[in-house]
Amino acid sequence: MSDDRRMLADMLARFLADACPVEARVDVAYAAPWHSEAAWTGLAELGAFYALASEEAGGMGGTGFDISVVFEALGRALCPEPVLPTLLGLRLLAAAGRHVDDVLAGQRVAVGIGEVDAPYDLDGIETRAEDGRLTGRKSVVYGGAGAERFLIAAQNSGKLALFEVKAKDAQVSGYGMIDGGPAAEVFLDGAPGELVLADAQDALEDALDAGALALCAEALGAMEVVQGILIDYLKTRKQFGQLIGAFQALQHRAIDLGIEIEQARSIVILAASAEGAPEFGKRVAQAKFLVGKIARLVSEEAIQMHGGIGITWEYPLAHYAKRLVMIDAQLGDTDWHLERLMGALSAE
Amino acid sequence: MDLNFSPEEQAFQAEVQAFLAEALPAEIADRVGRGEEPTRDDMERWHAILNEKGWLAGTWPAEFGGQGWGPIELHIFEEECAKASAPRIVPFGTKMLGPVLQKFGTPEQQAEYLPRILDGRDWWCQGYSEPGAGSDLASLKTKAERDGDVYVVNGQKTWTTLGQYANRIFCLVRTKFEGKPQEGISFLLIDLDTPGIEMRPIRLIEGGYEVNEVFFTDVRVPVENLVGEENMGWTIAKYLLGHERTNIAGTGFSVQALAQVKALARQVKRRGKALIENPLFAARLASVEAELEAVKITNLRMLSKAAAGGQLGAEPSMLKIKGTVIRQELNDLARRALGPAAAPFPSEDLDNLAIAPKGHAQNAAGYFNNRKISIYGGSNEIQRNILAKGMMRG
Repeated sequence: MSDDRRMLADMLARFLADACPVEARVDVAYAAPWHSEAAWTGLAELGAFYALASEEAGGMGGTGFDISVVFEALGRALCPEPVLPTLLGLRLLAAAGRHVDDVLAGQRVAVGIGEVDAPYDLDGIETRAEDGRLTGRKSVVYGGAGAERFLIAAQNSGKLALFEVKAKDAQVSGYGMIDGGPAAEVFLDGAPGELVLADAQDALEDALDAGALALCAEALGAMEVVQGILIDYLKTRKQFGQLIGAFQALQHRAIDLGIEIEQARSIVILAASAEGAPEFGKRVAQAKFLVGKIARLVSEEAIQMHGGIGITWEYPLAHYAKRLVMIDAQLGDTDWHLERLMGALSAE
Repeated sequence: MDLNFSPEEQAFQAEVQAFLAEALPAEIADRVGRGEEPTRDDMERWHAILNEKGWLAGTWPAEFGGQGWGPIELHIFEEECAKASAPRIVPFGTKMLGPVLQKFGTPEQQAEYLPRILDGRDWWCQGYSEPGAGSDLASLKTKAERDGDVYVVNGQKTWTTLGQYANRIFCLVRTKFEGKPQEGISFLLIDLDTPGIEMRPIRLIEGGYEVNEVFFTDVRVPVENLVGEENMGWTIAKYLLGHERTNIAGTGFSVQALAQVKALARQVKRRGKALIENPLFAARLASVEAELEAVKITNLRMLSKAAAGGQLGAEPSMLKIKGTVIRQELNDLARRALGPAAAPFPSEDLDNLAIAPKGHAQNAAGYFNNRKISIYGGSNEIQRNILAKGMMRG
């Protein structure tokens, strides 16, 4: 890791420990507006979003490793701030040659791609634009509650295009998620939209891959915290007159999780290094597939080895576990990305 | 071996199905079918309906108001109830304390408490686990000291399921501190209205409230509330846990869950096709269905052995491990089938947004909540220890 990125990681970790402690998160992430306005403003003031955009786009980073550093820190802190849509928005706007200063400064943008019958699928998008007016529904739009503007993928003149829609021009029904944080249903009924990109297919694929990489890094940060919580527990909890960590059966299971987490770290590094290269999509698919599988394993095993305490709301592990399982359902689950890899195999 | 039920058993199964079709209120079955917790009123209504029929405690002998059902009849009844989305019968009175009182209680205790379990006047909860004694019950610390004609109870219990609705609790308490830890435990019945008891809710991972902590400070309990003899609580606890473990495979719930996942996978789409046509998802589904068929037969093999008077050894532990893992896998498939639509925190406000197909908004909550089934009643790790001990002895 370069010195700059190490400084960024340290700075973010310190800020998040202070602005987003996991004990307070339990209240913040599950009640409207499902995140902390103060933490959001703080992240913007810290310049964290500059790490997500390239210099040409007005930022100071934007590489796969920059994205990883930021999201791993968010994952370690289990931060519910909707940074993922900011990353997607920055990438899409940059691809269109748009200014991103307001987004870098903390303006909330959300990206509407998935629909009820096409949760991960660009080819299945049914939202349509006609004469600059959009009709359709975007479902489970992350960060949608509280966003000031939306970037919406829609069919337009036979191509997949990207439009900007102001929040006030759509019907936005916000809600919280089971693992915390804000989302929304966005209903478009002839809503006025400004064309941002007429042919957005490549930009959308790139943004989705960058987003999937970010989620993998977030999961990695969260898994490492869970592994730490588990090992502390095995070293302190007594049953049958001894520390449960003295049972070899549990030692081996905890070690197996550690091995899997190292695998996750490796595949995330590989995907991050491929950002900007032709094989980025394949590397991201490998990472999201493996991380999705490993994150569920880590989550379920850590709960099981804790016993009842692991499924209580008061214990931070439970919230990490929920995030780790639900992260799989964002931007393509294990099966989705495995299918991408299978498709690539037959094309080799 | 014959895998079919006998003609009598088939007739009983048909009778149960007909009864459920007629007597189970539709709005309750809808709620349970959606994966929501039945309300207190749902559970009380269903208990009263079953009691009216004489099926609330079907395994109890006729002299105590039951039907004298054997293991196969009980199995048929519980499978059909699960498949019909009936609320679970809260087991603490009917399946746990009832059999204990029938075996170890005095005639006075039986006359006092058994009718009150059936007619719903008493809602019992269980005081077994403690913060330092989860699966390791022998290390429990809640103490009961004799003071004339009362025991004075001090300590703390935890994981007390549905304690918020209960008016009585049966507890394992320590009455002797020297000797082997198992030999100093007693089984005590406590009225929750007694001064010195405080019940505090424990919120669970998905946000729901079904378990509690119970604190006892100088709680005075009449000595006639002791069941069996002083310091024989371990024997009673083992007897009771044996009962708890018999239906823990929960294959009826899995059968119902499997049908729901299949229906859901026909409804939702990926890449323009129904999810059930997706080879990866279909492979997972077909695989867990095969596992479920096997555990159903394992369960029946165990039941026919028990019905023939055979001693059950390792079978309940095997069933618990396999049955819970299969149910959890089905819960995972239901959550996975929804994709992002599983993410919203379930609430009534969301119902009209129809993010998930009807009846599936609780899928993720159900998945997280059901992490408990491989932990409670002796975790799957404890079941493996039991199996390993048996293997090394044998």
